[in-house]
Amino acid sequence: MASLFSYSLRNMLARRLTTALTVGGMALVVFVFAAMLMLSEGLRTTLVLTGSPDNVVLLRQGAKTEMESSVDRDQAPLAESLPQVARAADGGPLAARELVVLITLNKRGTTKPSNVVIRGIGPHSLELRPQVKLKEGRMPRFGTSEIIAGESIARRFSGTGIGESLRFGLRDWTVVGIFEAGATGFSSEVWGDADQLMAAFRRSSYSVVVARMNERDGPSGLDGLRAGLAADPRLQLEGKRETRFYEEQSEMMAKFLGVLGTMLPAIFSLGAIIGAMITMHAAVANRVREIGTLRAIGFQRRDILRAFLLESLLLGASGGGIGLLLASTLQWVTISTMNFQTFSELAFSFTLSPRIAVWSLLFGTGMGCLGGILPAIKASRLVIVDALRAA
Amino acid sequence: MLTLKFVLRNLARHPLRNALTVLGIAISIMAFGLLRTTVEAWYAGVSASAANRLVTRNAISLVFPLPIAYAGKIRAVEGVTHLSWGNWFGAYYVDEKNFFANFTVDMRSYLDLYPEYVIADDQKAALLRDRKGMAVGAKLARRFGWKLGDTVPLKGTIYPGDWNVVVRAIYTGRYPNTDETQAFFHWDYLNERMKVERPSRADHVGFYMIGVDRAENAARVAGDIDARFRNSLAETLTETEQAFQLGFISMSEAIIMAIRLVSGIVIVIIMAVAANTMAMSARERMGEFATLKALGFGGGYVALLVTGEALALSLLGGAAGCALSVPVTRVIAHVLGDYFPVFLLSGETLALQGAAAAVVGLVAGALPALRARRVRIADVLGR
Repeated sequence: MASLFSYSLRNMLARRLTTALTVGGMALVVFVFAAMLMLSEGLRTTLVLTGSPDNVVLLRQGAKTEMESSVDRDQAPLAESLPQVARAADGGPLAARELVVLITLNKRGTTKPSNVVIRGIGPHSLELRPQVKLKEGRMPRFGTSEIIAGESIARRFSGTGIGESLRFGLRDWTVVGIFEAGATGFSSEVWGDADQLMAAFRRSSYSVVVARMNERDGPSGLDGLRAGLAADPRLQLEGKRETRFYEEQSEMMAKFLGVLGTMLPAIFSLGAIIGAMITMHAAVANRVREIGTLRAIGFQRRDILRAFLLESLLLGASGGGIGLLLASTLQWVTISTMNFQTFSELAFSFTLSPRIAVWSLLFGTGMGCLGGILPAIKASRLVIVDALRAA
Repeated sequence: MLTLKFVLRNLARHPLRNALTVLGIAISIMAFGLLRTTVEAWYAGVSASAANRLVTRNAISLVFPLPIAYAGKIRAVEGVTHLSWGNWFGAYYVDEKNFFANFTVDMRSYLDLYPEYVIADDQKAALLRDRKGMAVGAKLARRFGWKLGDTVPLKGTIYPGDWNVVVRAIYTGRYPNTDETQAFFHWDYLNERMKVERPSRADHVGFYMIGVDRAENAARVAGDIDARFRNSLAETLTETEQAFQLGFISMSEAIIMAIRLVSGIVIVIIMAVAANTMAMSARERMGEFATLKALGFGGGYVALLVTGEALALSLLGGAAGCALSVPVTRVIAHVLGDYFPVFLLSGETLALQGAAAAVVGLVAGALPALRARRVRIADVLGR
């Protein structure tokens, strides 16, 4: 086996240009394959991490996004007082009435406008989102025109750095802090006092109420809450677990990336498999005599099959490895794009998971195997006499 | 002529390898074309917009409405010839997954402003007569199987509730890039219900669409409109329809960039495949090249033979790839119809596919051709 392995390996090295071209082509295909998977994974983790499973989002019935939803001023306290809502340290409900709207901001150094989410928060908003932490500056004071910006926003949009100000709703809003929220959707938001923002935007109702569920109710708490909402005709609201809610926010985007992520590598891999096939066919054709000699000195047909298959597997595996290595550098790249469902900016990065790494290597090896199988069979079927006679 | 024959005969020497190479090139050229078509599909809204149409919306962002009272003031701006308004309605049909673009518009003025939506006269009359009437694009009607006179129950998301509208007109696009997947019904119908159900939301529109007498005046008219509403409760932002559509695209720029990058990578992949084949053929035939040289053919002629072979391979592959692109584009247009209302293979893309194939052939043949040109008779024949 060891001698077979070194035979295959040295055969690859014998024709360096051809090997390099084949491996290079495969590496690019694996790169695209891994990059697409990493993009989907990045989107998924961003949106899953944005929600926390203990929180529930209350929206107007039928509303799919926070922007479409509205919760009237008189509905909010009724919803917060449901028994399934946890209590805060001050004895009141651990819930936040929030306003979510889009504002148009220009990217730094350009006049290209993008939609950014601005979230009006309540006193408990931060407590409900432990993943959000103040990075620089301070929190906005309630009752003032002060705002804080998520770090992906502050970096990219003009007027959102600390000490800068934005103008909308006939008022100037000063940025007093930058918050970090890891790889969550909150990093792409601007936060300010909900009541101040509502006054500026002439809105009479909140968008959503976010509440922490009581721990003692366990998973059935949500059903209880929904029953409570349904029982009260004044509450035309529905409750969704926050994790589930954010996942739904990107379903279209995820489907799009999914289609792109399967179609592109599928088409590309055909090209690479053909490349591997050409290389392996040539490897067999150049070595007909050699194969005949090997058979004559006692190597079996299956040994020949194994040797050539091994060679193509090595080609595929090294292509996979190089492609994966290239793709792993993408982890430092952050993509910001519009979420089709909410029309707002969302920043997320390529995320490499062990599952993706394994899949990419398997994909590379699989391409090598598919490309090499026919030539290897052809090689193993050679008749010794004919092979030795070949020029 | 003889040279061409020579090149083609050489292709027949390794039928399997060359067929595989041509197939590989064909697939990659097709992929390249599909990716370009995807990018073009993204810009379909932009290329379909007219230069003499403006869009006015709330300066804060699109989710904020503008009062209907602005209509009179906008109409008074010099240079404005047409004025219509509407709302993004955002309803779905039966199930949330059945997403499609639906608007409420001021129907009569909207149809005047958008002559590219072609509606038969009797349907148009019926549409204008029926307050609950709706105009739908031909593709959309096919997707849901709607026929004239069908009552369609829409589920409102932004405007909650059930909205029963009647299909009164089915429009077709005047141009191939006109979006046939939209639906419009009367803004009046929406507004009257809002007056009853949610008075605070009545008498507001999402955007004004403005027709300008001459495209050169567009910038001035836009400035005049915005100046009129500066420091009001609802400041406006007016831009050309094209800039408005581009705004949506620039937000998804990262994805478009990625697709462009990938379509570059696919070309590099084919180059690797084609160069590999050519390197092999040239290596095997060094003896022949030396013989040709010994017979008196120059290095340039030998290089020409190799390059010609590479070009023949890549052009054959390119032609097959272009031919493949046509049916595959149709299939994709069908699968991704929800995302891309217009998914057409353009002449420009076909031309680029051909150019890419030619470049691949030249690059793939370059190194082997150079080697063939430099081959020394004594080195090879002396073996």
